[in-house]
Amino acid sequence: MTKPHVQLRDASKIYGRQRAVDRVTLAVNPGECVVLAGHNGAGKSTLIKLILGLVRPDEGEVSLLDHPASGRGAARARRHIGYLPETVALHPSLTGAETLDFYARLKGLPTGDNAALLARVGIAQAAGRRVGGYSKGMRQRLALAQALLGRPRVLLLDEPTTGLDPASRLLFYEIVGELRAAGAGILLSTHALAELEGQADRVAVMRSGRKIADGTMGELRRSADLPVRIRVSLRPDRADHVPDGWRRLGPRRLERSCAERDKLAELRRAQAIEGIDDLEIETPGLDEMYAHFLRRDDS
Amino acid sequence: MNAILIIIRKEIRDGLRNRWVLAVTLLLAMFALSLGFLGSAPTGTVKVDPLTVTVVSLSSLSIFLVPLIAMLLSYDAIVGEIDRGTMNLLLSYPVARWQVIVGKFCGHLAILALATTGGYGLAGIALQLAHGGLDPAAWMPFLLLIAASILLGAGFLSLGYLISTLVRERATAAGIAIGVWLFLVVIYDMALLGALVADQGRIITAPLLNALLLLNPTDIYRLMNLTGYENIAMFSGMAGLSGQARLSMSTLLLAQVLWIAVPFALAALSFKRKSL
Repeated sequence: MTKPHVQLRDASKIYGRQRAVDRVTLAVNPGECVVLAGHNGAGKSTLIKLILGLVRPDEGEVSLLDHPASGRGAARARRHIGYLPETVALHPSLTGAETLDFYARLKGLPTGDNAALLARVGIAQAAGRRVGGYSKGMRQRLALAQALLGRPRVLLLDEPTTGLDPASRLLFYEIVGELRAAGAGILLSTHALAELEGQADRVAVMRSGRKIADGTMGELRRSADLPVRIRVSLRPDRADHVPDGWRRLGPRRLERSCAERDKLAELRRAQAIEGIDDLEIETPGLDEMYAHFLRRDDS
Repeated sequence: MNAILIIIRKEIRDGLRNRWVLAVTLLLAMFALSLGFLGSAPTGTVKVDPLTVTVVSLSSLSIFLVPLIAMLLSYDAIVGEIDRGTMNLLLSYPVARWQVIVGKFCGHLAILALATTGGYGLAGIALQLAHGGLDPAAWMPFLLLIAASILLGAGFLSLGYLISTLVRERATAAGIAIGVWLFLVVIYDMALLGALVADQGRIITAPLLNALLLLNPTDIYRLMNLTGYENIAMFSGMAGLSGQARLSMSTLLLAQVLWIAVPFALAALSFKRKSL
């Protein structure tokens, strides 16, 4: 078993009386994409800062590539990480190419490959222009390019797709997929879970600094046990009849919810409804699961 | 390349790009020239090199201007980058915090030195040419003025960095920076003068006065320039004071270097401990 690239053990960060991160244990393994979900202020950004060594844990341990995250060893290890901050802030007076050169030098990399990287994120034509004149999408692409410098082994992406246009978003997931395939450990925080359906190996849900759920999509789905919705449409001549347990949605549409394990039986029964015209099944998406975990924690 | 050098280069490039260097150079050159030409009007018939007179008036002006420029450069250096979010990104790279603050400081110092040397230097050459012939002898006090101005600027850069690492908001940093500037440049001397007049030499003796003067980088600067050369001391009316307040140039230099090193060391320490 390979060691995790990022490891938090009962890590806490306390600001005044507020526990921004509260005894969180989390690991990101090589080749794994972990999604950190939670509302604004749930502690996602603080957790990423703990991993970066920007803040020290008040309790517990945080390690990055086998070094304590706020020590000297981790400073050297940061050569192998890529970080995309929540608010993309770059130096407006530098050009795109100069920005990338600056960051490449800091990582001790040759600057020769930068042009290819700029082309990869689709802003090669703007390389000679000042970042101050870039559009938000272009700045985001440039920020992504700096995070990819030197083929990082760990990628920390703080709300990377907020405000991205669909084309940039697609490109973004394509690049993340490539890096994951190459063995990088990826930690991605977001509150737009739905678009991550195919990307996430594991989802960790945060709430008020605590981790309230952690597992693969399937595990979370089973543990949430959210109802499956079955909807049927009826032919016009049969529309007035509502069988037991069904709810009327519209003049010709009926709906029924059932547990995951009863799904097949319910489907058979639904097909037996007289005058059925069409049938849809809706399984709970990530967003619903996320809402469920947050609700469950409230009660 | 070393991380510090990379950051220095970036800061200097930033300074050149956003016209900081150009603006400050022009400002200093303009003031130096106008003081030079206006200031030499009354001495027109006296056989005094215009540079010597200019040093006197220019050092009085620099006391206000150079610290202000240094404060404007530095108050934002750390807190501004944290505020904009560029600091988090920078520190996610294999760079230690002390390297960041040292690199930025050296970059800012280079900008300040470039602008001061450029501005005053150009003005000095123009003044001498206008009054016929270059006189190398008059350049020594003038070069001392430039060097002392850079040292003074470095001291205030350090103070600005200290402020910038201690506060959480840019506006607070700006307010404190202006306050510190006002206190050291204006209020301190006025208060000292008032105390001297009221005291009539009972408590505040010459050694105590020396110590009090060393507690303010602008006073050290004044003493360096105005008492450093005999001619200058005479023209500035400081001959009397410098006769009593005998502080050697090396003492002054040491004190001024401490004014740079101590606040900067505190700034580096406070930055190292800062939670971002």
